[in-house]
Amino acid sequence: MNLTRRDALALGLGATAAAFLPWRATAAAEDEMATFTGGAEAGSGDITLTAPEIAENGNTVPVSVNAPGAVAIAVFATGNPTPGVATFNFGPLAGSQSASTRIRLAGTQDVVAIAKLADGSFIKAASTVKVTIGGCGG
Amino acid sequence: MISRRDFLQVSMAASALVGASGFGNWSRLAAQQALTQDQLLDFDTFGNVSLIHVTDIHAQLKPIYFREPSINIGVGGNKGAVPHVTGADFRKLYGIEENSPSHYALSAGDFSALGQAYGKVGGLDRMATVINAIRAARPDALLLDGGDTWHGSYTCYHTEGQDMVNVMNALKPDAMTFHWEFTLGSERVREIVGDLPFAALGANIFDAEWDEPSEDFAPYQFFERGGVKIAVIGQAFPYMPIANPGWMFPEYSFGIRTERMQQVVDEVKAMGAELVVLLSHNGFDVDKKMAGLVSGIDVILTGHTHDALPEPVLVGETILIASGSNGKFVSRVDLDVRDGRMMGFRHKLIPIFSDVIEPDKEVAALIDEQRAPYEADMSEVIGQTDSLLYRRGNFNGTWDDLICDALISEREADIAMSPGVRWGPSLLPGDDITREDIWNATSMTYGKAYRSEMTGEFIRTIMEDVADNIFNPDPYYQQGGDMVRMGGLGYRIDITKPQGERISELTLLKTGEKLDPAKNYVVAGWASVNEATEGPQIWDVVEDHIRKQGTITLQPNTSVQVIGA
Repeated sequence: MNLTRRDALALGLGATAAAFLPWRATAAAEDEMATFTGGAEAGSGDITLTAPEIAENGNTVPVSVNAPGAVAIAVFATGNPTPGVATFNFGPLAGSQSASTRIRLAGTQDVVAIAKLADGSFIKAASTVKVTIGGCGG
Repeated sequence: MISRRDFLQVSMAASALVGASGFGNWSRLAAQQALTQDQLLDFDTFGNVSLIHVTDIHAQLKPIYFREPSINIGVGGNKGAVPHVTGADFRKLYGIEENSPSHYALSAGDFSALGQAYGKVGGLDRMATVINAIRAARPDALLLDGGDTWHGSYTCYHTEGQDMVNVMNALKPDAMTFHWEFTLGSERVREIVGDLPFAALGANIFDAEWDEPSEDFAPYQFFERGGVKIAVIGQAFPYMPIANPGWMFPEYSFGIRTERMQQVVDEVKAMGAELVVLLSHNGFDVDKKMAGLVSGIDVILTGHTHDALPEPVLVGETILIASGSNGKFVSRVDLDVRDGRMMGFRHKLIPIFSDVIEPDKEVAALIDEQRAPYEADMSEVIGQTDSLLYRRGNFNGTWDDLICDALISEREADIAMSPGVRWGPSLLPGDDITREDIWNATSMTYGKAYRSEMTGEFIRTIMEDVADNIFNPDPYYQQGGDMVRMGGLGYRIDITKPQGERISELTLLKTGEKLDPAKNYVVAGWASVNEATEGPQIWDVVEDHIRKQGTITLQPNTSVQVIGA
């Protein structure tokens, strides 16, 4: 989502709404993703991003990504002040093109994985991870 | 309230069924005459496999009253879909006659009057009778417990779940999965599970450190019944460390883990499973979504959201069974499994009318044995109620109104918060309130009643957060409880809005003033998931309040305005 000026105004007017609105891709995240793809559009394809729907602990959220045939996979926490999480490069001898890590999330946001394929094209997958203050169980 | 004419109709229904006069002695007798144990158990055994499902008993060993919700709003794709249909709409949907036994058991409306007429429901000794009757027809029926069993009563708290373990073991379940059990602390859970004479399942219970399946719980168990190779997969409550205190079971991680579920289904299929049963504590809408994403599950026995549905819900070729809570129902599902696939099913949600179903003597004696050391303490009468006390419903229930009143007056607070849990039996107008009744509505291992200052803005943030756990249009982001109950605070909620925009018009009821985002307010609440919460136990707070009041009379709560339902 791109924040238009009108949206930004609405945010401002919504008093303190910004504190707990889901944090979407910031300009910094858009820039970093564009840098990785060299500005190319990432399509959909054989890439699986596994992340919890709701984080048990926002300070250490397990994510894993699998993209057969990828030469590199980059993971972005699009709502973090520093969106780039990691870039995994796979050489020709790699047994599989998958990786797991734990990331810290500043709040509810989309985690995005972009894979660069051997032919130079890009594919991506995204998953919304909610960071909540918790509450009441049934 | 039900009119006298309605009462007569209840009696008429009774006499029509058994051909005897019900006039003049409708109370309780109506239930007994309208229904017989044989009628409740009537079932033409079908196919070659029988499943018996019980779930969310919440340690209710004895018969209780339990009012189903009158407000249970569905959002997103589940708007207007079961189980989000209540009251008269629910009865119309399933062709249930007004004031009939099914009306009383399955829906809200005239609850106090129907409760008087039909009596209490549940009781593990009655459930035992039903289970034994099913086993008489199908000796190798599988009994599966969906969890929330070792939590929710005075005796369960004081024995750390041992009372429930002892009585359930007598019922001989074949497998179980979990939720509130973990609030006993992981050490105690492992201690009990180590000795369980049946399978403790949870395909989504992971080791938190290594993010690998936990070795303490099997993902599935195979059974051979009626010549059919059956795999029962367990799914524990996915949001345990979020909805309940994670510090009590730090070694474990949960989550929905759809991909993991598909892997496990594929694995059991590869091992020759002809029938795949998921014993789940996901909650109904989460199970419904999962049924559409994971292929190969034949039956999902759902739990957690406490829904009681008289018919299975079909998602593709998967049937979902919802068996209620608090010991009110037992589901029987007969299946015809041939050539490695499910060809047909027959299902009955059996309501446990405690005045109709004969208690099993052995189990009744075992229950009495668990209760005996505590009977004197539990049975002490603290006060009376003139109002119906119940909890279920998305926004408020009278039990929580009473608890919030107690928090505000006993803890000298401006605002009170009571968690939107779905357990806790009801009391009818005129009933005594015993200590046991208070514990049935409040018992937990983290029940301390905190008192702290919060800004108006923070209060709203909490409410927005909880509201999104219920009204997020994607079921995978829901936690399956109800809205946090607010005492001393009125508000408006638009459930169609996104998080951060649902709650408005926050009003401090004692002054009628709008809540100031920057100002501090004294808030009292209970069931904090934070470690080292300080304060008196909530049941003591409520007991003190009731004792001072003597008789409880609650006014209808009109402080929540709901938009977009």
